[in-house]
Amino acid sequence: MLKTIAAAVTAVLLAGTTASAADITGAGATFPAPIYGKWAEAYKRETGVGLNYQAIGSGGGIKQITAKTVDFGATDKPLKADQLAQLGLIQFPAVMGGVVPVVNLPGVNPGQLKLSGDVLAKIYLGEIKRWSDPAIAGLNGGLRLPNLPITVVHRSDGSGTTFVFTSYLTMKNGGWATKVGSNDAVEWPTGQGGKGNDGVSAFVRQTPGSIGYVEYAFAKQNHLTFTQLQTRDGTFVEPVAANFAAAAAKADWAHTPGGSFYMLILDKPGADSWPITAATFILVYKHQDNPAKGQDVLKFFDWAYKHGDQLAEQLDYIPLPAALKASIEHKWQEVH
Amino acid sequence: MTSVPADPPASGHPHRRAVSRGSTFDPIFGFLCGAAATLLLATLTGVMISLAIGGWPAFAKFGLGFFTSTRWNPSPDIAGGEFYGGAGPIVGTLITAVVALVLSLPIAVGVAVFLTEFCPRALRRPIGIAVELLAGVPSIVYGMWGLFVFAPLFSQVVETPLAYWTPPPFLGPGFADFWNNVVIGDLVPNGSGILAASIILAIMILPFMAATLRELFLTVPPKVRESAYGVGCTPLEVVMSVTIPYVQRSAIGAVMLGLGRALGETMAVTFVIGNAHNFPKGLFSGGSTIASTIANEFAEATTPLHISALIALGFVLFIITFAVLAIARTLLNAQRQA
Repeated sequence: MLKTIAAAVTAVLLAGTTASAADITGAGATFPAPIYGKWAEAYKRETGVGLNYQAIGSGGGIKQITAKTVDFGATDKPLKADQLAQLGLIQFPAVMGGVVPVVNLPGVNPGQLKLSGDVLAKIYLGEIKRWSDPAIAGLNGGLRLPNLPITVVHRSDGSGTTFVFTSYLTMKNGGWATKVGSNDAVEWPTGQGGKGNDGVSAFVRQTPGSIGYVEYAFAKQNHLTFTQLQTRDGTFVEPVAANFAAAAAKADWAHTPGGSFYMLILDKPGADSWPITAATFILVYKHQDNPAKGQDVLKFFDWAYKHGDQLAEQLDYIPLPAALKASIEHKWQEVH
Repeated sequence: MTSVPADPPASGHPHRRAVSRGSTFDPIFGFLCGAAATLLLATLTGVMISLAIGGWPAFAKFGLGFFTSTRWNPSPDIAGGEFYGGAGPIVGTLITAVVALVLSLPIAVGVAVFLTEFCPRALRRPIGIAVELLAGVPSIVYGMWGLFVFAPLFSQVVETPLAYWTPPPFLGPGFADFWNNVVIGDLVPNGSGILAASIILAIMILPFMAATLRELFLTVPPKVRESAYGVGCTPLEVVMSVTIPYVQRSAIGAVMLGLGRALGETMAVTFVIGNAHNFPKGLFSGGSTIASTIANEFAEATTPLHISALIALGFVLFIITFAVLAIARTLLNAQRQA
């Protein structure tokens, strides 16, 4: 009896080690973790190569790839060309999504409230304190807004989502740019911090008069009251897949600084462009210690670009445009 | 069944062979035990030294400002660059731990007294075990429960009514000031904040303290308690004038151990405290503790100064906890000698 168990345990252990020997390891951003998981599942079924992805956050992803403990790092906050050169990394986008303001206003339905980038910044600066403020009413003719105090909710943990959101506010409001700036964690002038998308949405749900920001997929799956935002052209758009794609189409991927694919898809022109759209990025070394492993990583993303778009759409991510995929695959020639 | 302590069989002189074996192995045994103790001490010192070294860049850069400032700016792009002042989390840690203690101590004493004085004999063991089991519930479980169950309830039942209550004029302007500034502060009725975190902490340390206090109450010699009952004392009188005075010092030690646990509690607090870095304006304001700040930011801290500031906070927490435990130990020892 004992022998059988021992044999079984050994077999399982051996199977585990042989399978994981060929597996790819990656770590980083939490935002794309669900789609990487889905892709990995399908990829393993087709090729037998698995992916072990740890969603430890963008900062963690950068740290892990720098320490060479993983085959690729993943980050929502792209590195600049000089940082990439210094670390010997190349960077490329994997998939796109959007960041969405969500509110809890009695009597206001999803998609009804209209906000502009400037008003959003002033709310997060604590300059606009009540929902009845003329600045908000001016954008929402006809919508009855309660005279509630505004409770600002932000992420308490460092987050790529925060980086994207604060980058947008930095573009739209000079006061925000000088006082707070953009980073994955900032010195919030006001409000409460919730841990993760869950924490933010729990506080928003429990607080009448509150406003927060979450990733689009999270807002959609949890039926949160999202808002419209004003585009650069002055129109108001809802956060839907078509509008993220419209913004993404306006991004000039062919001319990123130093071919680094450093790109913030914020406040793009076009009447349908959702203003807070973002790509999430992969980091790999140019000079691989183990070139075969490096190729395994690229093969995985090559497969994902060719066969993964539908899975991405099912999970409310936006696939990359075909031209961009082609130029990324061209860039991969630098990896050896 | 009364449990009679199983004395070692007093079989007179030890066996001759045992003596000779002991003389061979005792030095090795003693050495191994000593090594174990040294290893523990070395680990403790090592942790302390590495925290001090890791936190040094932050201490050196901000000096006293690290303890007095509430500015916490991790963004390097802003004029003035990164700045880390830990006053908010340090004060938040102390306030939540003390409030939790004040809330849970009376209940812990009540549970312990009930178990030792009033509880039917048959229920004593099951309840005692249940209390000890509660002490082992993982903190993240309390955190999730706190965020999704407790916070909405607390918001509805406590915070919303308080937010709409105005102190009647006959209580005077002093009370109104106290009420508005200290109690209400910048209350946002969503069930998060300093007090909500303190209540969750109180629930977490309650079973721990109750179990320790019960053990202490059981150390009161039955002779003493029985003679008190014998001269006609009521249970209340026995508890107040015999049991509690008898264990007083050790009880303070037990309370300090509870405080130690409350100081370092992380996940449960992170979920409900509101995570604001500034100084809490009142019991209902959002705040942060040292442990919650580290839990929130460590994974994403990329600049050396940010990491150093978080380690420096860890060092401060280490010192606070160490001080609390040292005081607890001293009091327990004093009791033992008395």
